[in-house]
Amino acid sequence: MHVELHHITKTFGGLRANDALSLSFAEGRIYALLGENGAGKSTLMKILSGYQPPDSGQILIDGRAVTFETPADALRCGIGMLHQDPLDVPNLTVLDNFMLGRREGLLPKRKAARAALEQHAARLGFHLDPFRYVDSLTIGERQQLEIVRLLSLGARLLILDEPTTGISAEQKQTLFSSLKRLAAQEGMTIILVSHKLEDVAALCEEVYVLRGGKLVGHRHMPTSIDELVTLMFGQSLPPPARRQSALGEEILRAEAVSLTARRLTVRDLWLSVRRGEVIGLAGLDGSGQSDFLRACAGLQPLNGGRILIGGIPIRGKGYAELLRMGVAYAPSGRLEEGLVDGLTLTEHFALARAGGAWINWRAMTALAAEQIGRYNIRGMPHSPVQTLSGGNQQRALIALLPENLRLLLLEDPTRGLDVESTAWVWQQLLARRDQGAAILFTSPDLDEIVTYSDRVLVFCDGRATLVSDLAASTRNPAEQLGELIGGKVYEPR
Amino acid sequence: MDELLVRTLADIVKVGAPIVLAAVGETLTERGGVVNLALDGSLVLSALAAFVVGTGTGSVIAGALAGVGVGLIIALIVAFCSIELRLSQVAVGFVLTLLCRDLALFLGIPYRNAQVFPTTFLPIPVLKDVPVIGAIFFNQDLFTYLSFIAVIAAWWWLFRTKAGLTLRAVGERPQAAFVRGVNVNAVRYLYTALGGGLVGLGGAAYTLGVLPTWSDTGIAGNGWIALAIVIFGGWHPFRVALGVYLVAGLRSVVTSIQAQVPPQVVELLNALPWLLMLLTLFLVSGPYLDRLLRVLPPRLHPPIRTLLRARPPSALGTVFEQEGRR
Repeated sequence: MHVELHHITKTFGGLRANDALSLSFAEGRIYALLGENGAGKSTLMKILSGYQPPDSGQILIDGRAVTFETPADALRCGIGMLHQDPLDVPNLTVLDNFMLGRREGLLPKRKAARAALEQHAARLGFHLDPFRYVDSLTIGERQQLEIVRLLSLGARLLILDEPTTGISAEQKQTLFSSLKRLAAQEGMTIILVSHKLEDVAALCEEVYVLRGGKLVGHRHMPTSIDELVTLMFGQSLPPPARRQSALGEEILRAEAVSLTARRLTVRDLWLSVRRGEVIGLAGLDGSGQSDFLRACAGLQPLNGGRILIGGIPIRGKGYAELLRMGVAYAPSGRLEEGLVDGLTLTEHFALARAGGAWINWRAMTALAAEQIGRYNIRGMPHSPVQTLSGGNQQRALIALLPENLRLLLLEDPTRGLDVESTAWVWQQLLARRDQGAAILFTSPDLDEIVTYSDRVLVFCDGRATLVSDLAASTRNPAEQLGELIGGKVYEPR
Repeated sequence: MDELLVRTLADIVKVGAPIVLAAVGETLTERGGVVNLALDGSLVLSALAAFVVGTGTGSVIAGALAGVGVGLIIALIVAFCSIELRLSQVAVGFVLTLLCRDLALFLGIPYRNAQVFPTTFLPIPVLKDVPVIGAIFFNQDLFTYLSFIAVIAAWWWLFRTKAGLTLRAVGERPQAAFVRGVNVNAVRYLYTALGGGLVGLGGAAYTLGVLPTWSDTGIAGNGWIALAIVIFGGWHPFRVALGVYLVAGLRSVVTSIQAQVPPQVVELLNALPWLLMLLTLFLVSGPYLDRLLRVLPPRLHPPIRTLLRARPPSALGTVFEQEGRR
């Protein structure tokens, strides 16, 4: 089966997620679709697997134009997708999941389905117990079940979205070798969607690279990792000159910290941060950066090790207590966690203020008006926060941070902001740093991390590696970070 | 066996029939991810409709169909408001339940204690002569038989058919069902309507079988009991039926002894089913069940989990939207 995408364009609001993309996938070959977050990989694969229709452009299967109403349509045409979080029903058994969606009469043929399940699993070298509940399986096993199911329903082209996040090295090896066999012996077409370059190098024969919704490269493997990284991230600007001022005393110390992130466990994390330092936390979404931030704010328990703030262990202390110690945490979900939907700016300032049982509304309104002026928030004291724009919400959140902070923990502080708002937010944050605060922040944007961090902590596969020589690096620092995030071992120079 | 005991048990099965019908209907609806909180009001209004049509035509079947029709329409309103208008199922259900009950009280004024609908018992040949069992289960009226059929058919449908598997998947993870080619919202409409129809049948069972006259006092409130029992029953038809008979049994005990004991004891006994339910929920939803499963071989997990689990369908009360479209 030969699949071609022809001038696929998809826009969301003003954003061109896919801009006239033309790609071609031949039978029996293994492709990689590379690109950083927001490059348009997921959108394109959702279009190919029938989730979303493109705004314009065509999908051709063996030269014939097809349109898909649903993912089930796409699967009938032989295109199956394995989602990063496998789309199965956790509360059903493996066999039930396998049978769901098979076309047959009223009564399920359990024996036949079980035989088919075992036959397809054996063909791929997977072991699946038909009576286990899916919620007791590992992500790797759930992927195997999905692959078996898709193949049994006649998939000829298999899309795998970040399949190696959260599975063991052994499972990865099994997966890759069965994928290679499927392609070589059965003429299956495989598309690996990933930003892990080592996976691409280990599995794929051809690579398409997307950046900003456009196709920026098509290479045959082997291609040097350097070249792929340059294609993915583009040429970054040289890092700005570092501030050369003395750092203050140690404010944060992490000793052998181990904690559970969404899909993996981070082990043996060591870190020491002094006042006046900015530390960027980099890594794929869900690798533990956000969880570490939350742990520093006392919002998430550790599996092991300890975190000290100003020399005092924070174990057992709540966020309110840490706040009094000069620690502040700002989550990325501005409205979900940081601001209260439905309350006005004045009410937010009243909430954040310590004090007695009564609220002096006149004073609070005056304070809100003063802060609005100072932080340049476009809004009124009586504006409900959800009516503010994203940038103004972020400003409000920064205005709400108490004075005299010693440690600022920020999760993706510029999420969804335009260039101007981003610059403004960082100006405020760096002013806090100059007053002696240490800053830890996460960001999916490597350029942002490179630009503002003194040191970077890279989270990958449950390890946290400290990179302290970004500024001294002669190579493109964002490139180097991209490689580390992709799993390359760090070698200090 | 003691004849009084047999008669009491037969009575429990009969009195429980309307709640069994309503609770099994709600079980099917909730398995698909929709919660029909209008159940209580729906029960009262369909009871009135069944009574009016039943006494007017003299036909039990016509009356029952009228009840089913009313229950079905109310359920479809809940489904429509949730699926098309994206309103909260809880809010719509609550308002509808109050509205339906008051509407039934208003429309039912001319029929208040007007007459009694003659109940016909339909003993089943051969089976009725089986000792004890025959007297309890097979010398009953139409609605009681229908309640037995509903429990068994619902169980078979849910756990033994392809359609039942699809229904469970829709209630657990609609996105996954959608990827497998299921029209999620069509399934939800279907089972909300079916469940509503069974609730309507339950209403009819009151005014054409249990009471059998028009009076809301014997009906209102039982819908909430049915809703509670669906949760207690872990969305499993057999456990739901068991819950209904437990409650009906305790009530029957209370009725028969209330002349001999102080009123405090009567009220305490009335509260006992709820305490028992809480205790059961506590036992099956705590870590105990997981610990039990860990020591058993995986082959035994499916039957044990279906029978004992107390977790609601994961997508209960949510709206399904296909991303990237609209």
